[in-house]
Amino acid sequence: MWGYKIITTNQIDYDKNNRAIRNKILALEPSLRICIACGACTATCTAGNLTPFNIRRMNVLLQRGEYDDLKSELGKCMLCGKCTLVCPRGVNLRNLILKTRETLLNDECHVL
Amino acid sequence: MQTKTIAIIGAGPAGMEASASLAKLGHQVVLIEKKASTGGHLNNWHHLFPDRRPAKELLQKLKQEVNHSNIEVMVNTAVHEVKQNDYRYELVLSEKNVINANAVLITTGFELFDAAKKEEYGYGIYNQVITNSDLEQLFQADNLAAQFKKPVKRVAFVHCVGSRDAKVNNHYCSKVCCVTAVKQSIEFKERMPETEVFCFYMDMRMFGPYYEELYREAQEKWGIVFIRGKISEASQTRDGSLQIKAEDTLASKPLRMNTDLLVLMAGMVPAEGNEHISRQFKLAIGDNRFFKSKDNHFDNQLSDTPGVFLAGACLAPMNITDTISQARAAALRIHEYLTN
Amino acid sequence: METKNSTRLWKSYQKEIADDHYYYARSCIRQNFFPASEKVFLKILQEELQKDIYDDPHHTTCTGIAYHSDIIPQETTATVIARHFALMTELGYENLAISCVTSFGLYTELLETWKHFPEEEAKIRELLWKATRREFSIPKNLAHSSDIIFHNREEINNKSKRRLVNAKTGQPLKVVDHIGCHYAKLFPEKGIGGAEFPYVLTGMVESWGGQVIDYPERRHCCGFGFRQYLVMANRGYSVSNSKKKFDSMAPYEPDFIVSNCPGCSMFMDKWQYTIAEMEGTTYGKGGYGIPVLTYEEMAGLVLGYDPWDLGLQMHQVSVEPLLDKMGIDYSKPNKYKTQQPNSFPKKPLKLMV
Ligand SMILES: Cc1cc2nc3c(=O)[nH]c(=O)nc-3n(C[C@H](O)[C@H](O)[C@H](O)COP(=O)(O)OP(=O)(O)OC[C@H]3O[C@@H](n4cnc5c(N)ncnc54)[C@H](O)[C@@H]3O)c2cc1C
Ligand code: SF4
Ligand code: SF4
Ligand code: SF4
Repeated sequence: MWGYKIITTNQIDYDKNNRAIRNKILALEPSLRICIACGACTATCTAGNLTPFNIRRMNVLLQRGEYDDLKSELGKCMLCGKCTLVCPRGVNLRNLILKTRETLLNDECHVL
Repeated sequence: MQTKTIAIIGAGPAGMEASASLAKLGHQVVLIEKKASTGGHLNNWHHLFPDRRPAKELLQKLKQEVNHSNIEVMVNTAVHEVKQNDYRYELVLSEKNVINANAVLITTGFELFDAAKKEEYGYGIYNQVITNSDLEQLFQADNLAAQFKKPVKRVAFVHCVGSRDAKVNNHYCSKVCCVTAVKQSIEFKERMPETEVFCFYMDMRMFGPYYEELYREAQEKWGIVFIRGKISEASQTRDGSLQIKAEDTLASKPLRMNTDLLVLMAGMVPAEGNEHISRQFKLAIGDNRFFKSKDNHFDNQLSDTPGVFLAGACLAPMNITDTISQARAAALRIHEYLTN
Repeated sequence: METKNSTRLWKSYQKEIADDHYYYARSCIRQNFFPASEKVFLKILQEELQKDIYDDPHHTTCTGIAYHSDIIPQETTATVIARHFALMTELGYENLAISCVTSFGLYTELLETWKHFPEEEAKIRELLWKATRREFSIPKNLAHSSDIIFHNREEINNKSKRRLVNAKTGQPLKVVDHIGCHYAKLFPEKGIGGAEFPYVLTGMVESWGGQVIDYPERRHCCGFGFRQYLVMANRGYSVSNSKKKFDSMAPYEPDFIVSNCPGCSMFMDKWQYTIAEMEGTTYGKGGYGIPVLTYEEMAGLVLGYDPWDLGLQMHQVSVEPLLDKMGIDYSKPNKYKTQQPNSFPKKPLKLMV
């Protein structure tokens, strides 16, 4: 009827986001904290070279409490472990992905 | 060896350490300080990066060093006029004192960038906005939490305030503020563990020994969150906190959050009186408005004017380690100059 | 906001505002949307303040909307503005009073450009000469018409019949100011108070008894954006930006919005209807909107003019709740007195009017 719509913001509203899930995952895999976003993981990622999946960016979004894309995106990971191998900060990415998937799926009915 | 007199202008760490080195080499030194006490910016800092030792400790050490029979310290003193004859400089000081110097060392240091110039952060307008220097003062108190009118549940540090910013004509990096933010964020968390701490940075420049390690400690041990993006504005919210906006550039999304305290990492700018000094001694000023040395690699402590030397933060933003090294290097260059 | 401190800041952004003898540059769109505003401005200057201001029938649009929509080239805009300078010069005026924020931004930008690129000025002089055989002098003083009201705010206060105060509670009215991007974001030093703590409207509100709200999205654009509004497919950006502002200001329960800019006034007013229809959200009490006034309308109310003479019936958001708060005695039947009885505007579905 109008020919246009009110657009929902793409701004991260940090205070509104549910950070409980993030905190839970951080407790399970605290090494996420020391990521410095160098992107080595994404550069080498098996899945990321064939799909838009970007593990480095996923980790940032997870830390900000932006879960919308995570569940479907993380499904693309092949758990090959190459990211963990190259990370200069020693982030345990493979475990992080597993724990994130688990947490998001378990919490699905409550939060997502 | 005939004793020679060296005038040193500015009694911060650079001027003090150079005085001590020259005195030990047998020279007479007049150390001129415009303020009431020596020590320069060390007087303003609580604990120092990277090892977080008390600044007082270093200050005392420097004070002991300049307490030497060859060193005359003149505080509350400014240099009004300079005349050069042959290889001597005649310095006319306040109170019409005159000293004749065979060589001059300039160690006038830096000043803190006036954060009120970045209006979008509201320094001087919103009570919840302070600078790195203000926070050092607050750290002097035993109970940090009691220093704030309202509980501080979240604090955000803004890097690069007045540095790397064409809008204030400061294109350079102030070098020490990234690590200062890391240090201060840890100190904050130590004193107020329940407070969430964020650093908004453009690049993390951890150039010195143990700086990168401190950064990692901040993330790993203290859970400090680093977000890459410059805060574009702060505005007041209804509950008296501040809303800040930045792009979370690593997520490629704009972000907003409220914070109870905003700490501006004000950078370094050249000392106010440098222009006067540059005119009196015919010294070149660089594009960054700090003094310009004769050669960036080989003759960093020399100016274009023979007999006039430079050291410390009057040359460029730098930490104390580099300042002290430069002060000693300058002492050696002056010694060579006077003994040849 | 720590009022005392922010006042210190705006004082460093004082600009020179001519005291008298203005040539008036009208806005092309205001006369449709807020038809009495410019009339009231002239009345205030001529009758209340005894100033000399010339309203020139030969004056045209500045082409700002077309220019910002990428429809006409910069040279055309510059030549049209140069013609206005010429009209002013011919009449012997040196001070320009500009009714529109977009025009103000453009005029200022043009003069700044000519300062740095004199060859551009020479080119436009030549184009103007070829097209119209006219010549011009550079204006001595360029002020937005709100600058002039700001300049005279205390004198207006002395003549005021009403204050921006809630008549029942005696409390100052809570006002949201919106200065418009092109007033100070392009050249902060040309706007009173600069871009971050704008004072031009705040100064009026404070002088006349009201209180300005410093809400989080105060500096955010209204979303008009020219091309963004004019192309229907983009219109969503436009309304969403206004919505962002309304969402941010609503918790403060503002009594009204005062706006500096023709576009902003219109969008802040009309989008409240659109948002109400699209998603049912209204921002005032009881399903009403937040009234939006131009600064001339606000000055007119303070000076005791009749709301319907001020054209407030042309607003989308009803001003009656505000008039009631201010204790203004107005006639309900007179609201549409100039309207044919069967052409009364239809009532919106959601927004209370
Ligand atoms: C917020 C902040 C925190 C910092 N924390 C640390 C830290 O933890 N560790 C670290 O290594 N470094 C730190 N630094 C850097 C450190 O402060 C400098 O490296 C050091 O102060 C430089 O010493 P200086 O003697 O060159 O200059 P200054 O300390 O600025 O001293 C210059 C002296 O010259 C005097 N003076 C200036 N002009 C004249 C004149 N015309 N006539 C006479 N006297 C004059 C001044 O009054 C002053 O006493 C920090 C810097 C900042 C901004
Ligand atoms: S484990 Fe998953 S995220 Fe890591 S490199 Fe392999 S596919 Fe990519
Ligand atoms: S490789 Fe490690 S440090 Fe680099 S982005 Fe990936 S997780 Fe972060
Ligand atoms: S040290 Fe860091 S905060 Fe300071 S100017 Fe350089 S990059 Fe910015």
